[in-house]
Amino acid sequence: MADRPKTPDRPLKIALVEESPVRAAILEEGLREAGHATILRISDRANLLERIYAIDPDVILIGLANPSRDVLEQMFQMSRSVRRPVGMFVDQSDSSSIEAAIDAGVSAYVVDGLKKERVKPILDTMVSRFNAFSRLKAELDQAKSQLEERKVVDRAKGILMRQKGIGEEQAYALLRTVAMNEKKKISEIAQAVVTAAELLK
Amino acid sequence: MSLDHVKIGFIPLVDAAVPIVAADLGFAAAEGIEIELFREISWSNIRDRLTLGHFDAAHLLAPLAIATSLGLNSIKAPLAVPLALNLNGNAVTLAPHLHDELMERLPDGSDPGDPRATGAALKRLVEDRRANGEQPPVLGMTFPFSTHNYQLRLWIAAAGLNPDEDVRLAVVPPPYMVDALENAHVEGFCVGAPWNSVAVELGLGRILHLGVDFATSCPEKVLAVRESWLGERPELAARLIRAMVAAGEWLERSEHRQEAAELLGASSRLDVAPAIIRRALDGRLSTGVGDRALTDDRYLVFARDGAMRPDERHARWLHGQMARWGQAGDGPDEEALAAAVYRPSAFDSAIGGPISLAADPLGLKIGGLVQSG
Repeated sequence: MADRPKTPDRPLKIALVEESPVRAAILEEGLREAGHATILRISDRANLLERIYAIDPDVILIGLANPSRDVLEQMFQMSRSVRRPVGMFVDQSDSSSIEAAIDAGVSAYVVDGLKKERVKPILDTMVSRFNAFSRLKAELDQAKSQLEERKVVDRAKGILMRQKGIGEEQAYALLRTVAMNEKKKISEIAQAVVTAAELLK
Repeated sequence: MSLDHVKIGFIPLVDAAVPIVAADLGFAAAEGIEIELFREISWSNIRDRLTLGHFDAAHLLAPLAIATSLGLNSIKAPLAVPLALNLNGNAVTLAPHLHDELMERLPDGSDPGDPRATGAALKRLVEDRRANGEQPPVLGMTFPFSTHNYQLRLWIAAAGLNPDEDVRLAVVPPPYMVDALENAHVEGFCVGAPWNSVAVELGLGRILHLGVDFATSCPEKVLAVRESWLGERPELAARLIRAMVAAGEWLERSEHRQEAAELLGASSRLDVAPAIIRRALDGRLSTGVGDRALTDDRYLVFARDGAMRPDERHARWLHGQMARWGQAGDGPDEEALAAAVYRPSAFDSAIGGPISLAADPLGLKIGGLVQSG
């Protein structure tokens, strides 16, 4: 990016270990926007170490919940790895940044000796992108469950209208009253109505 | 009275039984504790979440608790082990083709259950593959700082092979071990229950050895806590230890095995058929070779003979394995630091008084006299 000051250091090579293509795309885009061009994505769990050796990255980014973390940590023990990566947690001086990373679900391994100032912006980018992805996913899940709930409520209303010969507003009021009395959500009562109707068919 | 809330992370393995039983069958509640269990996917993650305070305690590989305290892998964070969750419980399983290759090379008249005989066969196999320009066997194990790693190395080194050159040892988290065998990323592995039996059941693997073929009292999983937590909450820790010991003693009674297998099999726990878990609890594992089963009542030990009291000699032995394989320095100071991670004093003050120690803490069957190259 033209408006960024040029750093004298050579560009960092970043390996991104991520199985979900959607999340990988979001993370990759964020890193590119931050001016990192050399990003290699590893989506396959097999031959992870061989890929890492071949790429020889400066920084490895991987989700905390990714089972391949244990495989990566084997690299710390191997003598044939010339450039030994270390966990981001080795430098414990910057605990707020570590906590932000953990909360977001990010972990990073960097080659020993790499300056902290060069890694921190990468980690910050990852944290905000991971958080953005989680928000997006939560919103999608919520929208989906709201849609499901509305469908169930509509079905329950239809059943009540038919069975009791009442109007739509009365059917909804009935669901709401029962929900309030039983201290439950309207969708839960609606689900009970639908289930009962299925059983009595 | 409100219960004290304790968060514990575990990996889906039969040897997570003690915290699961303590949480689910009221042993924790009887000590005024409510345990919240978190199923984790990797040992790295469970270690990080314990050291950073997301968990109060964790089901952890005994050597990983020591390595973390000594700063040998990732973050250096002082942990304490006031309780052993089990001894033993591992097995070595091979893909059918590797099992065949090994059996063809067994010395005449030898017992396939003898690790010296299978070790000799492995040596021949490695030499034959090398002569044919083929890749060495790839064996899966669960973590660099794991007994699975050390048990495989014990067996391989006792055969006169170099575990770092003559075979390839690859890390695979336990729940992915069977996948790795199916996808031919590994040709065999050493892992805890129930994953060996799952491989056998799917026809993907044959059990070659039980862990007890190598050592009859091998340390395995421990309950690890932050040292600071133990210092700040000694009274809560004591109640937690008592709850766990009660759960361990319940698990040792054979009439409880079916209930335990069903509890562990639940989808939020191991998510594996109870009948397969039952094999580990019974100490009777079908090998996948005809109807042959390997049987040993010490296959998986929870609370018997004071097994839950953390034995510092186990910590010293584990440190010795780390030093032998270049993961740790071998000085007496470092060994003393490793031993200090185990806290039998915390156990004794919770349970009431020291108990008599086994004369031989490990019962090593191979490797004791053999020097590696």
